[in-house]
Amino acid sequence: MTLVEAVNAALARALADDSNVVLLGEDIGVNGGVFRATIGLQQRFGRERVVDTPLAEALIGGLCVGMAAQGLKPVGEIQFMGFLYPCIDQLVNHASRLRHRTQGRLSCPMVLRVPHGAGIRAPEHHSESTEAMLAHIPGLRVVMPSSPERAYGLLLAAIRDPDPVIFLEPTRIYRAVKGQVEDNGEALPLDVAFVLREGRDVTLISWGAMVRETMAAADQLAAEHLDAEVIDLATLKPYDAETILASVAKTGRCVIVHEAARTGGFGAEIAASIAERALLSLLAPPVRITGYDTVIPLPRLEQHYMPSVGRIVAAARKVCQFS
Amino acid sequence: MSDQPTAGEELPVIARFEVRRRAYLAPDGTVARSLPQFAADTRVLVSLYRAMVLTRAFDLKAVSLQRTGRLGTYAPALGQEAVAVGVASAMLPEDVLLPSYRDNGALLWRGVKMEEILLFWGGDERGNDSSGPAHDFPPCIPVGSQAPHAAGVAYAFKLRREPRVAVCLFGDGATSKGDLWEAMNFAGVWQLPVVFIANNNQWAISVPLRLQTASATLAQKAIAAGFSGEQVDGNDVIAVRAAAERAVTAARSGKGPFFIEAVTYRLGDHTTADDAARYRPPEEVQAHWKEEPFARLRSYLVSQKAWGKSQEEELAGECQERVEAAVDRYLATGPRAPETMFDHLYAELPKAYRGQRDELQGTPRA
Ligand SMILES: Cc1ncc(C[n+]2csc(CCOP(=O)(O)OP(=O)(O)O)c2C)c(N)n1
Ligand SMILES: [Mg+2]
Repeated sequence: MTLVEAVNAALARALADDSNVVLLGEDIGVNGGVFRATIGLQQRFGRERVVDTPLAEALIGGLCVGMAAQGLKPVGEIQFMGFLYPCIDQLVNHASRLRHRTQGRLSCPMVLRVPHGAGIRAPEHHSESTEAMLAHIPGLRVVMPSSPERAYGLLLAAIRDPDPVIFLEPTRIYRAVKGQVEDNGEALPLDVAFVLREGRDVTLISWGAMVRETMAAADQLAAEHLDAEVIDLATLKPYDAETILASVAKTGRCVIVHEAARTGGFGAEIAASIAERALLSLLAPPVRITGYDTVIPLPRLEQHYMPSVGRIVAAARKVCQFS
Repeated sequence: MSDQPTAGEELPVIARFEVRRRAYLAPDGTVARSLPQFAADTRVLVSLYRAMVLTRAFDLKAVSLQRTGRLGTYAPALGQEAVAVGVASAMLPEDVLLPSYRDNGALLWRGVKMEEILLFWGGDERGNDSSGPAHDFPPCIPVGSQAPHAAGVAYAFKLRREPRVAVCLFGDGATSKGDLWEAMNFAGVWQLPVVFIANNNQWAISVPLRLQTASATLAQKAIAAGFSGEQVDGNDVIAVRAAAERAVTAARSGKGPFFIEAVTYRLGDHTTADDAARYRPPEEVQAHWKEEPFARLRSYLVSQKAWGKSQEEELAGECQERVEAAVDRYLATGPRAPETMFDHLYAELPKAYRGQRDELQGTPRA
């Protein structure tokens, strides 16, 4: 199963299991979504539960809040991350704090699915990775799977969660990775990072599509007899600092990899938390390998923007040589 | 009427509105109502026809470049050429165009080069540093977000007492966004010199107009903002040009904003990444081919002895040549150095980011 098929399977499972689940978004019905994540679902569950909305992202975000307050379980789809911004108002001012504002009287169990990231040679505004912006908002959960299996389990967890979850889907690996996924309705835990590979020498931390390059870097490092531990953060907010700190306590060295621009990226949060809580176990300063502090380039240069396996390997090598 | 809550109470009517529709050439090229003044000069009509033919030749070529891996995702305007061309032909160079991504006919009319358009859709920012009027906006991809810009541009004209007009093009789907309404509302309050033009091609990717709005027309949306809207046959370039000319002229002389709904049809896929056969029957598309904008204008010009077979062939050859030459220039455009991704990020790149730019220096060009 590909990652996008896993998303589809989780959505189908949620719709079948819980009559409160409603999907809404642009082109998600007959067309099955521009990435085909909702293919076949309107046919199966009807036009009232798989809703083609008008072209209006503020509407999609706001509808989710209203539906959720009524006890429905809305799962909104934004077509690309670059088109999420009209609904930021709904996320920051409402979804994230409805429970808090009403001191628990109302709540907002919604999911907003948002394709994330670059690397698919898409037009302008189709390659955004602004997850740190979302992770900055108190009251939200922010999740990003890096494999079909985790997409399935984490999306089910997101839909069952009693609070609003932004579910970021890395477009670059929608179809590029395949994996065994059992459609058993079992959710994976949110707030838990996944150790994808154990190692002694250096901790590599990433999420979403960059996990691929990070794993490839670990393979290359192994050939150089450097034993890398790879952590897929998976949930950015609230994130699992314990798993990271335990790993860094073991290796003493770490490289954080993300596609998003460097300044204020989520890597900064992780580095800060390592500095605060694991300084004495560090054998080298934590290093970030990230996108650059510029607008994500159009396709001709986008490969130069994205962290490459080479950059990750070089950074890990340097971190390991530091003394 | 009895199902309307106020009907039986005989409350006084306090407002009534009308929306009119403009159309001159029937699909078969016969004249349905007397033509506007500019159309008396067939040379003007020939220039519109030529621009539409060039737009289509370019468009078809762009799609074939994408299919052969030499262009990125591209949004064809097949069947909608009369809207972009008709609107642009009513503008002055000093006016400001705020286009969406499907308005190449307008870009070309205003002097943007074909190779520049290709460069942009080929994934190179240099394409947007185009040869059209320097004050025009680049094609807007986040749907509808250019509408408030148009109001802002028009406000600047008003403030400086300049007889200029902002012209904003967008699709039927865009009319569902708050941006559109917010811009129109402000434009109405301040009587701004802006013309909003909805290219109603009846589809927003797979979403048909009836799921976009329950409104009988898009034109009537202007009424709530306090100015008038008109529907035109968007496949009749004479109607589009006439409506745009009236609106632009009125706006220029301080008579405030105007809204035009140009009804046309998207004969092609939404983009090269889309397959419209998934969501709309081919019979619907076939039926709309009978109304496309070229045949009617050609028939009319032929009936006026202003056009004929030899001109048609000559024009086809000329367009072919121009497009091929532009494609050659596009394909010959040299690679960019990776560090140019920091060009024009700020007026001057802050010291904080120079290290990142330098890190990219020396990596191979793309
Ligand atoms: C704000 C926003 N949401 C979603 C998209 C993705 N998208 C691109 S074009 C499009 C449909 C636009 O329809 P319409 O406004 O009718 O213009 P058309 O494409 O038909 O010319 C959508 C949903 C986008 N570009 N911007
Ligand atoms: Mg449309």
